[in-house]
Amino acid sequence: MTNVASKEKKQKRKKSIGKSEYNNLAGYAFISPWLIGFIIFTVFPMLLALYFSFTKYDVLSDPKWIGLENYKNMFTSDDRFRTALGVTFKYVFTAIPLRLAFALFIAMLFVQNRKLVPLYRTVYYLPSIIGGSVAVAVMWRQLFGANGALNGVLSSLGLLKTQISWIGNPNTALWTLILLAVWQFGSPMLIFLAGLKQIPISYYESASIDGANGFHQFTKITLPMLSPIIFFNLVMQIISGFMAFTESYIITQGGPFDKTLFYALYLFQQGFQFYNMGYACALAWVLLAIMGIFTALVFKSSNYWVYSESKEG
Amino acid sequence: MKSIKQKRILGTILYHGFIWIFGFFMIYPILWLIASSFKDEAEIFQKSYSLIPSSLHFENYIQGWKGFGDITFATFFKNSFVIVILSTIGQVASSALVAYGFARVKFAGQKLLFACMIVTMLLPSQVLMIPQYILFSKLGWINSFKPLVVPSYFGYPFFIFLIMQFMDGIPRELDEAARIDGCNQWGIFARIMLPLIVPALITSSIFSFYWKWQDFFGPLLYIKKPNLYPVSLALKLFSDPAAVTDWGAMFAMSTLSLVPVFLIFIFFQKYIVEGISTTGLKA
Repeated sequence: MTNVASKEKKQKRKKSIGKSEYNNLAGYAFISPWLIGFIIFTVFPMLLALYFSFTKYDVLSDPKWIGLENYKNMFTSDDRFRTALGVTFKYVFTAIPLRLAFALFIAMLFVQNRKLVPLYRTVYYLPSIIGGSVAVAVMWRQLFGANGALNGVLSSLGLLKTQISWIGNPNTALWTLILLAVWQFGSPMLIFLAGLKQIPISYYESASIDGANGFHQFTKITLPMLSPIIFFNLVMQIISGFMAFTESYIITQGGPFDKTLFYALYLFQQGFQFYNMGYACALAWVLLAIMGIFTALVFKSSNYWVYSESKEG
Repeated sequence: MKSIKQKRILGTILYHGFIWIFGFFMIYPILWLIASSFKDEAEIFQKSYSLIPSSLHFENYIQGWKGFGDITFATFFKNSFVIVILSTIGQVASSALVAYGFARVKFAGQKLLFACMIVTMLLPSQVLMIPQYILFSKLGWINSFKPLVVPSYFGYPFFIFLIMQFMDGIPRELDEAARIDGCNQWGIFARIMLPLIVPALITSSIFSFYWKWQDFFGPLLYIKKPNLYPVSLALKLFSDPAAVTDWGAMFAMSTLSLVPVFLIFIFFQKYIVEGISTTGLKA
């Protein structure tokens, strides 16, 4: 479906572009803001970071070339690097699939044309709109702290003898951050909702005539039809999950015992607290390499996601 | 017949019941934050979970507004608004230009450059963080709004992409007609395209506002002087667990920092929902 439509659209576009002439001057004039910014704020810093990653650099003195030393240290003797990588993987690959599962589940409830759905949609989307703010991080810290609301509820129900801090407990700290991420499932929910509305009702009607039950309809129609959107969301969210910083910086400060030491937080500590700028750059390039793998996946799937279905509807 | 009808009613009750209960948990933290901002100190800790303060303590807001070290939240809010408004104008205006270039003009190297732009959307900002910091400090931009504002004037890939998607829906015959009438590319952009892409510009402005308003990492790196702090950074210091003495005031300022976000959400909800649904991007 998507494929055919997008191909048709591309052909259409090709034809109409073919009519007009190349206009290099105008083209580069229009994209010049981005192009200049791309060179100054992206390409140049990236290459500089690569150079720094082979040096020892503390900002005060000039960078000193040490070859592959930073990378060698990272993989052989840096326990916190391994911890940060482990924590980040655990966070990303727990929080993101859960977030998408909730998003899809709720979107399937909201796709039914019932009363009050617009109101429900607003309420469920609200956490996502404020989710990245410092205020929410502060709020989360208080909700799950020793004197927080969660403990208040539990102890008033008689379920809690001693007040424990969910943030300060090594076994639960990361889960409070995962919960915060899952809570913000609003954006993928809206995207899924738009995708679900594109699936022709006739598919479901003929399936139920053939005797397919709800579960079969879900696995044989809904999931395959949504699969490009699900896959695209998965990769994009995993990438942004790897960059998560504010949550752990404000709520847990990476603690307790580095149990919530996100990769981005560790990189920040190395760069701006210990002033190991060279080492931090090496960490950044390793992160880039990891995410490059996911980027490659996005591009392999670009046929599916470049075309946006919802606009046609 | 009757049983089918009963079944349907039961289904409706279950449906709405579930959404209400689950929705309550979704919105509880936000209501709790607002409620806590009106509680007095004792109530914050004794009845920590309640959503209805026994009496409304507006003095939390008065106390919180005083900020810290002689700098009030009036300064922090002003700083935030200056940064956010300047960046939003820059991001949306430059992105519209670039989007037109990629969507409607044909030039050599277009495909390659477009691919580069898409790749930068996926680039972890951490890779650029340290060299950018060094670049800006060499330029003497630390402790100014420049590192937060100036890069906004060079287009933002997410918005470029969003506006391009929108332009795709505008018939090319309009461009052709204008060209035949003697309009050059700039004329087509300014007179034909710009008025038609207003909805996409509004959507971009809203997201630009949100992200800049909530941005914490940028100010954390570049702004060290308290009188230049935006709200996000001020709130972080105001709420440091080691330093907090007035919990009510902390909740009050946290709530207040979300008010602009809520207001925009209420008034522009349509654009937000459409923006997310059509581009299908970003968390």
